[in-house]
Amino acid sequence: MKIQEVNPVARELLGTVSGWQGAFEGAYNIRQDSGCAGRRSTENIRVESKPDGKPGLEIHVAPGTLDETVYIPAVVTQGDIRDVAYNDFYIGEGARVRIVAGCGVHTSDEGESRHDGIHRFYLGQGSQVHYEEKHVGTGCGEGIRRINPVTECWLAEDASLTMDTSQLGGVSFSERETSATLKARAKLIIRERMLTEGNQEVKSVFNVVLEGEDSGCDLVSRSVARDHSRQHFFSRIVGEARCHGHSACDAILAEKAVVTAAPQLDALSPDAALIHEAAIGKIAGEQILKLRTLGLSEEEAEARIVAGFLK
Amino acid sequence: MIRLENVSWTLPEGGDIIKNISLTIPKGKLTVVTGPNGGGKTTLAKLIAGLESPSAGRIWFMGQDITDLDVTERARLGISFGFQTPVRFKGLTVQELLEISAGRALDFDALCDLTGKVGLCTVDYVDREVDARLSGGEIKRVEIASVLARGTQVSIFDEPEAGIDMWSFRGLVDVFNELKQEKMTLVIISHQQRLIDVADEILVISDGQVRDQGPRDEVMPGLLAGEIAGYCPVGRKERA
Repeated sequence: MKIQEVNPVARELLGTVSGWQGAFEGAYNIRQDSGCAGRRSTENIRVESKPDGKPGLEIHVAPGTLDETVYIPAVVTQGDIRDVAYNDFYIGEGARVRIVAGCGVHTSDEGESRHDGIHRFYLGQGSQVHYEEKHVGTGCGEGIRRINPVTECWLAEDASLTMDTSQLGGVSFSERETSATLKARAKLIIRERMLTEGNQEVKSVFNVVLEGEDSGCDLVSRSVARDHSRQHFFSRIVGEARCHGHSACDAILAEKAVVTAAPQLDALSPDAALIHEAAIGKIAGEQILKLRTLGLSEEEAEARIVAGFLK
Repeated sequence: MIRLENVSWTLPEGGDIIKNISLTIPKGKLTVVTGPNGGGKTTLAKLIAGLESPSAGRIWFMGQDITDLDVTERARLGISFGFQTPVRFKGLTVQELLEISAGRALDFDALCDLTGKVGLCTVDYVDREVDARLSGGEIKRVEIASVLARGTQVSIFDEPEAGIDMWSFRGLVDVFNELKQEKMTLVIISHQQRLIDVADEILVISDGQVRDQGPRDEVMPGLLAGEIAGYCPVGRKERA
């Protein structure tokens, strides 16, 4: 495996998407323009290239590993690159880990900069994962910045996965697909934050199957759509047993932006308790007015409301 | 402190809500604005805070004509307004809202002081979002705290008692009393006897007009007589 040097554009992007400041503590892999710019395994977390030769990684977390973090950011630092990575995570029983992914795409010319990340999570019994994923696009080029993340999760009994995922600007097109299957007492929490501007477009699709007794999921997507951008939200929660499922889509619209939300709830058991909430609209005038009575200008009030909403 | 000169306000679709009102809110006093529902009290408060613009007349604050100043400008000059129905925000915590109000970061002691005054336990509330999960009483207290956090020369509260339980209300009356001792100018729209009892001045608004205004002891007899007599409180002139 040839190790590249982290280039200046990558440094910026890595800092934004994964908090990189020249080094990571613990296990990591830095993916840069489809190559590798650094990798380290630890005693409990093995980070390896995929054995089948496909681009991407296999990450094995030993059972019982506690409070360790693995970083696997990917960056595309120039146009005319289509990067594809298949990353598989095997989380041992009872392990409790944090995974910091994140992707930055940059183009300073007319070429498209694209990353397709396919992440598969296999959570062992009783394991707990906190997964953080930030997506960002940068560069002044006219080339398209495209990120298409696919996240597939299998949660064994009593496992829990918290996904904290955000895409707060700069990405021209994005198709986000997240699916999960939960066994008994497994828990899935998803917090998605999105901001689209200009002519950006994002489609976010969730498909969660609550297969086991007393499994549960809480899926909350908050987004702000500005200018002429478009957002499409689809969620499907299937309750096959006694379970709790909640999904919520809240979107703030500004200017000529468009948001569509299509929730679906499939209760296949009489004991499945499934709820969906959706609210789409402009910033409430009374919210701006309240902050103005506290001394903020209209613009400051709006910025504060949006920042809080997307926090 | 605040002076209204022939102020009127008409609904966009027609209908006079405030009818040629002229009055002065005295500096460093607690003025309770009371009167029948729909009489124009909230509109009057909104006109002072700049949430509505008068269709006629001028408004003065500390000698400055503020009629053409907007909400933000009046807030920055030193006028605060507590909403009757507090606004909810997804994603904004109690601490963040209070810090916006105060215009600075607040340490734990400062937060304790503010939330304690309105009967909220700081530890339980500072990280809570000011959203639909707060009960009506809780969010009303946060609203009052957001006005207190500003510490401005004039604070206007629109029915601060609404949604507050009687135990917390007692604490709230103490807070208003304290502010009164500190010579803050307070304008409180209220129907609550206990708030009226601590008022220096009472302003009775009915049918868009000033029915009475003056020191509490002078206005109270008329208020009570009006209560007994019938539908609308009568002014002293009418009694005479």
